[in-house]
Amino acid sequence: MIALWIILGILALLIIIFIAIYNGLVRLRNQVKNAWAQIDVQLKRRFDLIPNLVETVKGYMQHERQTLEAVTQARNIAQKAQSAGAAERGKAEGELTAALSRLLVVAEAYPDLKANQNFLALQEELTSTENKISFSRQYYNDSVLRYNNQTQMFPSNVIAGMMSFKAGEFFQTTAAAEREAPKVSFQPPNQPPK
Amino acid sequence: MWEQIRSNQMRSAFLIGILGALLLVVGYFLGQAFAQNGIVGIIIAAAVWAIMLLIAYFGGDNILLSVSGAKKITPDNNPRLYNVVEEMKIASGLEKMPDVYIIDDPAMNAFATGRSKDKTAVTVTAGLLQNLNRDELQGVVAHEMAHIKNRDVLLMSLAGVLLGTIVILAWYGTRVMFYGGMANRRSSSKGSGGGQAIVLIVAIALMILAPIAAQLLYYAVSRKREYLADASGALYTRYPEGLASALEKLAASTKQLKNANQATAPMYTINPFRKEGRAATDLTSTHPPISERIRILRGMAGASPADYERAYEQVKHQKIIPASALAAAGSVSLRAPSAEKESEADRLARTRETSDMMLRMNKYNIVACSQCGTKYKIPPDYPDKSFACAHCGNTVNIK
Repeated sequence: MIALWIILGILALLIIIFIAIYNGLVRLRNQVKNAWAQIDVQLKRRFDLIPNLVETVKGYMQHERQTLEAVTQARNIAQKAQSAGAAERGKAEGELTAALSRLLVVAEAYPDLKANQNFLALQEELTSTENKISFSRQYYNDSVLRYNNQTQMFPSNVIAGMMSFKAGEFFQTTAAAEREAPKVSFQPPNQPPK
Repeated sequence: MWEQIRSNQMRSAFLIGILGALLLVVGYFLGQAFAQNGIVGIIIAAAVWAIMLLIAYFGGDNILLSVSGAKKITPDNNPRLYNVVEEMKIASGLEKMPDVYIIDDPAMNAFATGRSKDKTAVTVTAGLLQNLNRDELQGVVAHEMAHIKNRDVLLMSLAGVLLGTIVILAWYGTRVMFYGGMANRRSSSKGSGGGQAIVLIVAIALMILAPIAAQLLYYAVSRKREYLADASGALYTRYPEGLASALEKLAASTKQLKNANQATAPMYTINPFRKEGRAATDLTSTHPPISERIRILRGMAGASPADYERAYEQVKHQKIIPASALAAAGSVSLRAPSAEKESEADRLARTRETSDMMLRMNKYNIVACSQCGTKYKIPPDYPDKSFACAHCGNTVNIK
């Protein structure tokens, strides 16, 4: 009789542990999803800002058609990559970041443009959106790291395997663009990536 | 990673427990001394504490914000500040955007409020906006965001209420004892004898020592939370130099905040009451000395809690972050500064932006002359509908 109770007790304990680990995994996975949605919001915001920026800048920068076209083109490519996986998307968004930072660097040479209120407001929005993209990416990658650790470490990896929790994918932009990103407005043009 | 820092909350909660126990002991001995019944004393102490806690919990934020004269802003009022707060909200993983408040005061400081995660606020002074560049502002806001994320606001108001209750009880206790209590004691002490005398002596000693002990404990918790908020802030921004250089500017500023008081002090980035030339490293300060905070931040090789721990150990020769937090965090590299050098023009633009915003928030009307573009700031009670431009004589209409 006592043995039966002990077995029942152990069983109940195992079930409780299972539930706790399972819920923990779900929480982490939701956090990853949530963090991904955050990046998405900021990337969309950047898509929306670019046409405005190009429109404002066009009149002032007659000689910079190439730079402007590069931005528009990078935006189109990035927009197409929206439904792709984190890796491919990261690459496209990295190109866009690089193209944009080149545009903002070139803009420094146009004092009239720098005095334009509309441009200044756009510049602030764009700088901040770039920051928000990199901070949401930072949070996303940290969340993925935590989630992946949990799915790979014992004992939670057993449950992760049973309930098919897949490892999350990190969001990396290309290395060169990565370094340029935070220095949006004050870097001299054409500086080679270190 | 950053959730792990919160495990440190356990230790802070333990200190709160000690404060609570101290309160009950004070209540017990006061009860024994006056009513020969310790339980009554404990009940009274608990009741006073509960009432103060309710007030602090439900009204604390609003009281603090209105006492400091803070005004809520929208993204349009100051896009830069609002954006920086949103950036840090994203970096910290906070679910809901905090409200942003501004204090019209040239002193440089900031604080965070919010007992729960749904209703939080970050408040900065106009002086801060004027004097800090983007990276520095980000560092300060990250520090405040860390206070919110680490639940320091709740913790410090809990501790503050306990401290306040102990101080109040001790204060009234001594008054009653010296004016009313003595007379009663003489007539009623016939039967009780020596035991009662000992209780009296303990009660008197407690009333003197308990508030001091409680205060020292409270300050210790507060200083510790400041260091931890610095560590979390560095992790959010990946750029400890931002906060370090902001702290340097804050320390150099001689202006004192007008509307701060003892109760609200621990919520600020730096102690609003520091006096010039006084070594702030003493035990009775809510904040650690700024110079040490700067040295620790500048000593960080990366941005992870482990890097902060190493730098902290170099400066203070002790540990601060719990081992569980250090084990969980990987290596985190620093990022580059966003602006390499700040020009005089940037500083001027920032000053203008801030003062224009304050004027607008005080219902000033900013109009430009349609001919020469000169800007005029019209006070809200200006009686006329139009005036002649001082530069070109053109008639300027006020909307």
